[in-house]
This record gives sequence, structure tokens and C-alpha cells, in this order.
Amino acid sequence: MSAPSVPAIEQMAGRGAARAAARKHHVEGGSRRPRWLTYLVLTIVLVISFYPLYYTFLLSSSTSQNIARHPIPSLIPEGHFFDNVRRVFDTIDFWGATWNSIVVAVITSVSVVMFSTLAGFSFAKLRFKGRGPLLVFVIATTAVPTQLGVVPLFLVMKNLHWIDTLQAIIVPGLVTAFGVFWMTQYLESALPYELVEAARVDGASMFRTFWSIALPAARPAATMLGLFTFVASWTNFFWPSIVLRSSHATLPVALSLLQATYFKDLALIMAGVVLSVVPLLVLFLIAGRQLVAGIMAGAVKG
Amino acid sequence: MATTSTPSAPETATDDEVRRQRRRVGFSQKLGRLDVKVSPYLYISPFFILFAVVGLFPLLYTAWVALHQWSLLDGEGPWVGMENFKHVLTQQYFWTGVRNTISIFLLSSVPQVIIALVIAAVLDANLRARTFWRMGVLVPYVVAPVAVALIFRQIFADPTGWMNEVLGWVGVGPVRWGSAVLPSHIAIATMVNYRWTGYNTLIFLAAMQAIPRDLYEAAIIDGASRVRQFFSVTIPMVRPTMIFVIITSTIGGLQIFDEPRMYSQTGDGGADRQWMTVTMYIYELGWKNQNFGRAAAVAWLLFILILIIGLINFAFTRRISSESTKAPKRKKVRA
Repeated sequence: MSAPSVPAIEQMAGRGAARAAARKHHVEGGSRRPRWLTYLVLTIVLVISFYPLYYTFLLSSSTSQNIARHPIPSLIPEGHFFDNVRRVFDTIDFWGATWNSIVVAVITSVSVVMFSTLAGFSFAKLRFKGRGPLLVFVIATTAVPTQLGVVPLFLVMKNLHWIDTLQAIIVPGLVTAFGVFWMTQYLESALPYELVEAARVDGASMFRTFWSIALPAARPAATMLGLFTFVASWTNFFWPSIVLRSSHATLPVALSLLQATYFKDLALIMAGVVLSVVPLLVLFLIAGRQLVAGIMAGAVKG
Repeated sequence: MATTSTPSAPETATDDEVRRQRRRVGFSQKLGRLDVKVSPYLYISPFFILFAVVGLFPLLYTAWVALHQWSLLDGEGPWVGMENFKHVLTQQYFWTGVRNTISIFLLSSVPQVIIALVIAAVLDANLRARTFWRMGVLVPYVVAPVAVALIFRQIFADPTGWMNEVLGWVGVGPVRWGSAVLPSHIAIATMVNYRWTGYNTLIFLAAMQAIPRDLYEAAIIDGASRVRQFFSVTIPMVRPTMIFVIITSTIGGLQIFDEPRMYSQTGDGGADRQWMTVTMYIYELGWKNQNFGRAAAVAWLLFILILIIGLINFAFTRRISSESTKAPKRKKVRA
């Protein structure tokens, strides 16, 4: 897509300006200048967040004998990390599992963003009969524990001969109620009616209006939705563990198989954990800011 | 392209061409009207179709399966009525599963909401490196539950693990994390809390930042301490958000599977099913015992359990503070 249209930027600048103003107001309410105690508490929270991950790295750079001997590892890693990583590659098809996870997460994210934006555009800016009740229905479905339908879902997949295939976990996640609701909320405020009407007067078809007007305007929210979907897909375990066998395992399933077979070899398992966590940590370094902003934006609206 | 649309055309146009032009306009207009009428439904249809196929149908069909003898290999058997329900309701493991699920749910959701509220209140200040702290809080969220479980299983290793070693310094333990009921629940709840507390912290933080600062100023003028401000201003103002968090964590928390399943090497929830949850029981009945009828019956019972606890939660959270009942209620309807 090309750069967002001028009105869309204006729209975003307006929001940004509004946010900056809000922040300024927040600062001026300066009765709450943080003290060292605040930073101490936050540092402790941060240590609790990071230590388990570092602990995992420490175990993965050790040997199983040393792990058994020292329940609390020294903070300096030992030198066996690459040995253990190599053993992970020798025991399971790690690259295959990573590839499967990437395929599933990318397809799911792109599809959820596309279909949710399309539906969000329709709910937020188009007039049609039954719009209100249908939107309420969408919101209501977010509260339905669909995981409880596993038995028939498994039967459906069996009839389609999709057991142990990636489409068995891709297709059920192609569009989510949360995504539709999220994009509807965003487009309602971010996309002015005038813009849609202008495009229509200029003779653009509905889809053209969506593609050239709504999609660029939706980009900030779409990015966040894509990220959340990616994380959810990457960490998903219950359904994949039911329909996938080792030949088409995603990373969490591969990890569970690794621990089921080599549970005594702790250094090996921890190396596998490190390898499976690193890709998302890298993603977090790049896009963590958007994740934070997304959660906070969703909280205010939802 | 079409000569009929050039301005010079009408001069030489025959009657026939004029008529064709008119028809073309009519057709594209009709197409345009169809576009306006059908497109909105077309755009929302993917969600509804997919939900019908992979959400609603399986959920309803679960009831049908539950009323039959149904095995993983042989498929649909004879109608047995409520037999599957009767059977599982008399199984001790089912009730063990219900107890474990509720226990783990309480141990994970209650401390989680409280800690998240406190951290959010700490973060709700004019901090240096604001984004850094917020991101730091959220890091555990990107670690898969399976990985979290493998990490914390090691931390809570029984009898000699990280936690028992630390507890040993203060003369406690060793705690039987790997066999006793309550300790294993605490260990599993810790995994859930580790992954979700930061996420909920940010939700609460957003709600707290929307509180008008004048309220705090008024409280300070009235001589309220920081603690008093937290309880008398912050908590009542974030109540709608608390309801949202509690409801979503109820729906998710009662279906917990990943962490307890990965808590032991065999994944069966312990020798006496000390930490086997209801969802794990569904898995065991359906895919280990290959009895889909009974698995479906348990799925429906869990559905009812979620409904009941959801309603209890709702009634409970409505009562937390009654002074701001009106405003958030109106807000919710609009959403």
C-alpha cells in the first residue's frame, strides 16, 4: 500500500496531538512525582519478569548433572549452551517446527487483519439492516468458550481428512470476534463519514472505498491486531496438541514431545525452551511498544 | 474503449446506440445499488460463516454427541440419553477436576488482579523511561504457556529445586510441589500469574490514566494519604475495567489446560489427579480412553460451570462499590 492519505494523517496527527495534550495534563497534575521507592518496586517487578528467562538460559548452558547438583544456578552461564542447542537439533526437527509455527502465525495474522478490517469497516461505516443486533452478536461470541467444542471440531477435521495438517489449526483461526470488534471500534472514531462519502461520490465502488480509504486509516489498529494474533497463534497449544502429530508439530507441540521423551535431560529441554522463546523475544524488542499501546488502547475502549 | 461514452458520439449515434447507452447506464446503476446493498453483508460474512462452522456448530453438536455412545474409532453409536452425564457425574475424577479447576482459578485470578492493580498504581506516575518499564512488565506475555510451564516446573522442582532451596534458607519445607494438592495448585497458578499479571497491569494502567486528576487533587486537599487515594479514588474509578478483566479471566481460567498438562512428564495431572483440570479430563476421556460421548458430556458440564461462576462473578463485582454503578453501566451498553 502507498502512504496513508492526507486526511488519514490529519486524523492520526489529531489523535497524537490529543494524546500529547492529555499527557501534558497528566504531568501537570504533578502531585505524584515518583520517589526512589517507586523505582525500587518497579525494579523488583522487572527482575521477577526477567529472572525466569535468564534462569532458563543458565540451565540450558549447563549440564543435567550440574542442574541436579545446584538448584540455584550461579548467575554466570556455563559453557555448554551450544552443545545443548546442537543436541536439540539432533533430537527433534526444530527447523520444521519453527517453519510450521511461522506459516500458521503469518497466515492467521494476515487473514485476521484483512477479514476483521473488512467487517469492521462494514459495521462502523456502512448502513444496513440488522447492523446493531449483528454487532451485539459478534461481541457476545467473545464470551463463548468455543474451546469446549473440541470433540465435534475434531470430528469435522477427521471427515475433511485434515488431522495432522496445518490447515486444521489455520482455518478455525482465520477471523476472530475480538478482531472484528476491535476494528469496528477503531474505525468508528478514526474514519470520518465524509471521507467515505467523498469516495462514493467520486464513483469508487464499495471495495475500492475500503481498499483506498478504510484500510490506510485502519493501519495503526491493524498492526496491533496483527501482533496480538501472531503472539496468540505462536503460543497456542491446546488445539494443536490434539490435531497435530510430531510430523507437523508447531513449536509448543514439539516442546511437549521433547519433554515427554527426554524429561530427564533437563539441559536439553531448557535449550529447546530458549530456542522457542527467542523468536518472540526478538519480535517483542521490535514491536513491544505497539503491543503495550495496543493493550492500553483496547482497555480504554473495551 | 466504449465509443458510446465519448461526447462526440451522440451526433452520429443511431437510435440503437443511444438506447444501448441508456441501458448501460441503467445496468451500472443497478450494479452500484447491488454493491451498496450486498457489500455490507458480504464483508461481515466471513466471520459469521466461520463462527457457525468452527464455533457454534461444534458447541451445539457437542450436546448431540454427549447423548450417544460415541468412540473415537467407531464413530456414532446408539442413543444413550443422559447415560454419559450420569456416568461422569459419579466419577471421582470428575469432581477432583472441578475442585482443581476452581482452586487453580482462584489462586491465579485473585492475586493476579490485586498485584496488577498495585503495579498499575505504581506505574501511574510521571516516570522516567516510561515505555521501558511498561515493556518490561509485558515481557512474560510473549512466552508460550508451554515454555512457562517447563521453566516453572523446574523452579518448583520437588524435592530439591530453586523454590525449595530458597524456602530452606528461612527454614520452611521442603514443600511437596510435585505431589501435594495445594502446593501443586500454587505452582501452576504461579505460571498463569507470571504470564498474565503484566498484561492486566497495562489494562488497569490505561484505566487509571483516564481518571481525571482533579479527583486526586480534591482528595489531597481533603488530606487523603496515597493509600487512601488508592482505595477511595482509584479502585472505584477502575471498577468497570475490573469487571472486564475478571469476566475474561473467568472464561479463560476455567478452561485452563496448557500449564497443568505440562506440569508433569506424563501430562495426566498427577498419580491421584492432584492437578488434573476439567479440560484435561475432557482430553483424557476423549483422546486417551477414546470415549467421545463422555468427553462431550464433560464439555457441557464445564460450560455450565463457567456460566454459573461467570454469573456469581458478575453479581459479586457489581457489589464491589455501588456508588458508581450508573455510569459504567451506561458505558457498557453503548460499547
